[in-house]
Amino acid sequence: MDFRDSPDEASFRAELRAWLAENLPVGWADRAPEAGRGDEDLSREWSRKLHAAGYAGLTWPKEYGGGGAPYPHQAIFLEETARADAPTHIGVIGLGMAGPTIIVHGTDAQKAQHLERILSGETVFCQGFSEPGAGSDLASVRTRADLDGDHFVVNGQKVWSSYAHIADWCILVTRSEPGSEKHRGLTYLLVDMHSPGVEVRPLRQITGDPEFNEIFFTDVRVPVENVLGEVGGGWGVAMTTLLHERGTLGFALTARLEVLLTKIIALARTPDEAGRRPGDDPVLRDRIAQHWVELQALRFTNYRSLTSLVKTGVPGPEGSVAKLHWSESNQRLTSLALELIGPAAQLDGAEGVWSGFWQYQQLRSRGNTIEAGTSEILRNIIAERVVGLPKSR
Amino acid sequence: MDFAFSDEQQMLRAATRDFLAARLPVERVAELADADPGWDPASWRQVVDLGWVGLSIAEDRGGAGMTFVDEAVVFEEAGRGLYPGPLFSTVALALPLLDAAEDRAPLGAVLAGDRTATVGRGAGVTVDGGRLTGTARLVPDAAIADDLLVVSDEGTDNPAVWRVDLAADRSVVRPCSTMDRTRRYGDVVLDGTPATSLLTADRAADALAVSRLRGQAALACEAVGVAQRCLDIAAEHATQRHQFGRPIGSYQGVSHRVANIYVSLELARSLAYWAAWCVSVGDEQAESACAAAKSAGAEAAVFAAENAIQAMGGIGFTWDHPLHRFYKRAQWIASYDGFPREHRARLAAALLDA
Repeated sequence: MDFRDSPDEASFRAELRAWLAENLPVGWADRAPEAGRGDEDLSREWSRKLHAAGYAGLTWPKEYGGGGAPYPHQAIFLEETARADAPTHIGVIGLGMAGPTIIVHGTDAQKAQHLERILSGETVFCQGFSEPGAGSDLASVRTRADLDGDHFVVNGQKVWSSYAHIADWCILVTRSEPGSEKHRGLTYLLVDMHSPGVEVRPLRQITGDPEFNEIFFTDVRVPVENVLGEVGGGWGVAMTTLLHERGTLGFALTARLEVLLTKIIALARTPDEAGRRPGDDPVLRDRIAQHWVELQALRFTNYRSLTSLVKTGVPGPEGSVAKLHWSESNQRLTSLALELIGPAAQLDGAEGVWSGFWQYQQLRSRGNTIEAGTSEILRNIIAERVVGLPKSR
Repeated sequence: MDFAFSDEQQMLRAATRDFLAARLPVERVAELADADPGWDPASWRQVVDLGWVGLSIAEDRGGAGMTFVDEAVVFEEAGRGLYPGPLFSTVALALPLLDAAEDRAPLGAVLAGDRTATVGRGAGVTVDGGRLTGTARLVPDAAIADDLLVVSDEGTDNPAVWRVDLAADRSVVRPCSTMDRTRRYGDVVLDGTPATSLLTADRAADALAVSRLRGQAALACEAVGVAQRCLDIAAEHATQRHQFGRPIGSYQGVSHRVANIYVSLELARSLAYWAAWCVSVGDEQAESACAAAKSAGAEAAVFAAENAIQAMGGIGFTWDHPLHRFYKRAQWIASYDGFPREHRARLAAALLDA
């Protein structure tokens, strides 16, 4: 057991810090945080820089343009970029979900077409899994893919799709065998979002921001060579995607929590007009310290799961708590920020502290316990697959 | 970064667990707890032979030359098995003080398994010509430990540590009726009681700080063991027990409660191991790590026990079921050397006032 960076990890971290200091826009650290989605142009530019420097797809195999680096480098990358509050790569879905799934199940042609472009940010992917009638119960998808010669014809509706409004491609789970049920008869397609019949409609959230989208598919023709994996084998391919979604996610989430807690502490230390610091209230102090404890707990739980991954190839079971606990911790943390702000917590937009940054974060956090596996589903998974209780259904 | 126990540590864990399961199963612990003196003194020789005492003491001082992380493994398993003996007081609290002393005889006696020891803090004890006066309140294992290490002039620039031979004269100990009968408190009433100087000011402060941190880290590990046992008990019951024709663990009202135990346990476990490692290498974050681990561990253990009691239904509320023993230990851990809120207050000061 040794919590220090190995010499190799330490030099990677030092190089990365130096690179970030050199490449982040001038004055980046001192800018006021902004509410809402990141700037798309900035994110694209940043993606190109990351790719040029070899930081995109760190753990992807070198033959696909990745870094071939060990998993701890990815963890360090997520920590350091979060601490620097760096922009994110535009290809979140491509890097974390579509790419790893294509690496496992893709044909050579699919790999050549997509992987390098995902890394550089040239191709942006979105995810077409959830439907109005298929949320936690993904196996009940109804979007149809009917074979017509050498094409599938896709009809249906997907929902909660981030990046769909700017996406070039979609990873789409469809029902390709009429009358099939549940996990059978599903096919996983790579769909060109510029195809005729694809319509994206923004879905406005409680933040007021249209971060997610609905996607409508009307007679969209998808060449059969765009099937990922086997026709009818879509469920297994989708599981690969979800496995990767939850893989190193814990590090990214914990790093984001650290950034917010650092901002909270700054907020708590800032005196109001009357010279009082919110951080002098004993109850709020207790809650801030509790968040610091929870942050360390999440960080080291991630490390523990990562150690299993490095040593055995399989993440440790304790990793299953990361997203569940992060989401609830983040909700409490962002609500705490509003309390620290006081009555002005109701002021948002230009009138709010940091242009409504905290109001946005607090409202956005309510989605955290729903997206990427609801807390109810995650508790089922822990109870059944980790603790070993009888199945609930 | 490597967050794994070594093969040797895994073997130590297995040996510790196997010994407790065979020699002191929880039914036996319950019997001992409901009688006096509350433990089986013959077990001490066995745990010394198993190497539990002095793992982290240097070899040239008579120890095993291993680390506090190895000791942490034993504390976790001792918590899981609710070992009723002066292990926490002797190993976590007293050994760091004995190890810092020039006189090696008291250390040697403990390492040899001939004596056990405990520590009394915050006593307002004063010294006059080698005789101590004052009351050391709530000393763990006072009624069974052979040596009391007590601090005089604590909180001043001139603290000192003294050794009082309790085995020679038990009349100074007033055993306290303690909710956790497996780890009982005693008050030690010193009234011109003869004592031997162990540490003077130049060494006392540092050694006391180490003792305190090791105590916190050890309790964090114990708490993890307690919480794990509560989880195991709850999970087994939820799997076996049927109502309305189904195992109750298939109802989400029960299974999510059990999942919540797992979540807080694993978070606390990560902190406990981190704290143990920080202590073992003297990391600069050791104090914060111990505060985090002790507070989260205590809360996870109490949470695990309370939710296990609920998941068990009526049986978990009976004296006959062992669950309440773990619940009471969890609360002992929470109350000793600062409730979780007090540790968080120290952390808050470091975050907000520094």
